[in-house]
Amino acid sequence: MTRHVFLNLLGTFLLGFAAPDHAVGQDGHAPEIARQSWSFAPPFGTFDNAQLQRGYQVYRDVCGQCHSMRLLSYRNLGEPGGPEFSAKAVEALAAKSQITDGPDDKGQMFQRPGRPSDRFRSPYANEQAARSANKGALPPDLSVMAKARAGGPDYIYALLTGYRDAPPDMNLAPGMYYNEAFPGHQIAMPPLLQDGAVAYTDGTEKTLDNYARDVSAFLMWAAEPKLEERHKVGMRVMIFLLVFAVIMYLAKRTVWAPLHKHRDTQSS
Amino acid sequence: MAHPSTYQPRSGAEKWLDERLPVARLMHDQFMTFPTPRNLNYWWTFGGILTFILVAQIVTGVVLAMHYIPAEDRAFDSIEHIMRDVNWGWLLRYSHAVGASMFFLAAYIHTFRGLYYGSYKAPREVLWILGVLILLLMIATAFMGYSLPWGQMSFWAVTVITNLFSSLDAIVPGLGTTLVQWIWGGFAVGGPTLNRLYSLHYLFPFIIAGVVVLHIWALHVPGNNNPAGIEVKSPKETVPFHPYYSIKDGFALLMFLLLFGVFLFFAPNLLGHADNYIPANPLQTPPHIVPEWYFLPFYAILRAVPDKLLGVIALVSSIVVLFFVPWLDTSKVRSTSYRPVYRWFFWAFVVTCIALGYLGSQAPEGWYLFFGRVFTIYYFAFFLVVMPVVGKFERPRRLPGSITEAVLGHAEQPRSRKREAVA
Repeated sequence: MTRHVFLNLLGTFLLGFAAPDHAVGQDGHAPEIARQSWSFAPPFGTFDNAQLQRGYQVYRDVCGQCHSMRLLSYRNLGEPGGPEFSAKAVEALAAKSQITDGPDDKGQMFQRPGRPSDRFRSPYANEQAARSANKGALPPDLSVMAKARAGGPDYIYALLTGYRDAPPDMNLAPGMYYNEAFPGHQIAMPPLLQDGAVAYTDGTEKTLDNYARDVSAFLMWAAEPKLEERHKVGMRVMIFLLVFAVIMYLAKRTVWAPLHKHRDTQSS
Repeated sequence: MAHPSTYQPRSGAEKWLDERLPVARLMHDQFMTFPTPRNLNYWWTFGGILTFILVAQIVTGVVLAMHYIPAEDRAFDSIEHIMRDVNWGWLLRYSHAVGASMFFLAAYIHTFRGLYYGSYKAPREVLWILGVLILLLMIATAFMGYSLPWGQMSFWAVTVITNLFSSLDAIVPGLGTTLVQWIWGGFAVGGPTLNRLYSLHYLFPFIIAGVVVLHIWALHVPGNNNPAGIEVKSPKETVPFHPYYSIKDGFALLMFLLLFGVFLFFAPNLLGHADNYIPANPLQTPPHIVPEWYFLPFYAILRAVPDKLLGVIALVSSIVVLFFVPWLDTSKVRSTSYRPVYRWFFWAFVVTCIALGYLGSQAPEGWYLFFGRVFTIYYFAFFLVVMPVVGKFERPRRLPGSITEAVLGHAEQPRSRKREAVA
């Protein structure tokens, strides 16, 4: 923990700024999104495994009822730099889903329990099924969502905690909800994430705020699974380049010194 | 610079090769002993930096091409496959994407350096023209490369830019439309468009590399310009490229790579646009279609003109005008440091380019559009009015007699003044 704090400080000091780790867009129409503090945001930040595990639970129990994550496989949940579930836990999590496989020897498709190598099971068979189950609205895939919106995880957190009563002068279309963070403020997604909606088992308080924070972190990992590796490699490369640059500068001064001396004798 | 060859074959094999293909002699004379003015400052290190980035882009690009699938329905996922499942794929892809930004950053600095120190003036006109040609090829290559992830911004950037050709309909009805459909390979941007953009994106860097060879050749005939902007008068004013400039360029390259690393490792998506992580959807236009940062000044110029065809002409002219700079500038003095009037116009031009970049990222309405037009007018006025006119009327500061004097600075002046006083 102290190591992380130290590295963050070092990074901020070396680089002169704490770089936001997500795409920043310039959508003038989007409402202001408040910045949150994330363990992975500073230059040498890392994911909080326990938070990602809780975030996965929120995704699976709530978001995953409508939103697919088609680019992720169950095996990813056990890989380093992610939620890091144990190999056994990954197998158990995968087996909870029924995956359509086939065709078998008789040409029939069949259902079987999921394996770690399977992609996350999508809640709907296709776009049309998703739309028809959601009053015509399509719940977008969440695989790279944390990079596909200006503000990234900050935006997702703001959206999930942004449901309010509509202002009296606003006419909400039927079946729509008012959300502070959503561009245009009318969103088709109902506020399913509520206090107590997911049964956390590690003692974390079951509040909407925690759910939103955890699932936003989880989606950031899902969008950028190599973030920790990138930060780690980056730190080493930067230190190498800095040392190399100092050596190169001294070498340059040494090589040029006779020329400058020559200049001094000429001018004196 | 033409200089006598100092290459001595040290073995029988080298002698044998030297008589048949003197490639070792070429390398020795052009990259080891090449006489280089001793007063080059750090703005002269960007040529080496650019060469490095070009090679890095080609190497990372070739490996990325082994994993990328240029198909409408698979391109987006194949990039994500590179990011997730290919060993070091994230490093390759981010290096290539951030590398494109760094390439333009270095190229723009290199171009402004050439403009400031008058490196385009005789006898370096061909050198300059080849440089502008490289810039033009880079713009085309970067545009085609940006289309490959086939995200929303890729798709709509291709749609907007290819549609520019349809403005030719205003000259010959039907010509533009026919041309655009020929470019698309269909009636809309789609799979065939992606295929050809990919093919050309792979081809163009090698054309750039070829023109770079000509660019360096054209540099090595007259030799480097220098911050004083005066000709080398004696061999004493030069030093061999190696080790003096190989080591100086090497240090500058490392400093540049540190900046590269900050973006690459700690903010790889900062220079991109979030919408490009949404798969291309022909049925949904993004609220703002914005190009990458390095195209924003040109985008601002395009949108500053109310007429479509004239806008496209302004866009093309903003780069083509650079080809004529050697003849537009009428001043005999190369370095802007010795041009007290032109200097102000030059820095106003730099500010203009940065301002156009900012305005290009904003919606073209209200004051943004107004200032977009003001700066567009100055952009062209700088080349078409300032360069020819100021050169005629300006009284330049006294040029140093030689590079040696320029290096010594004011050290000699007090003495000469004393001598005058005695006289």
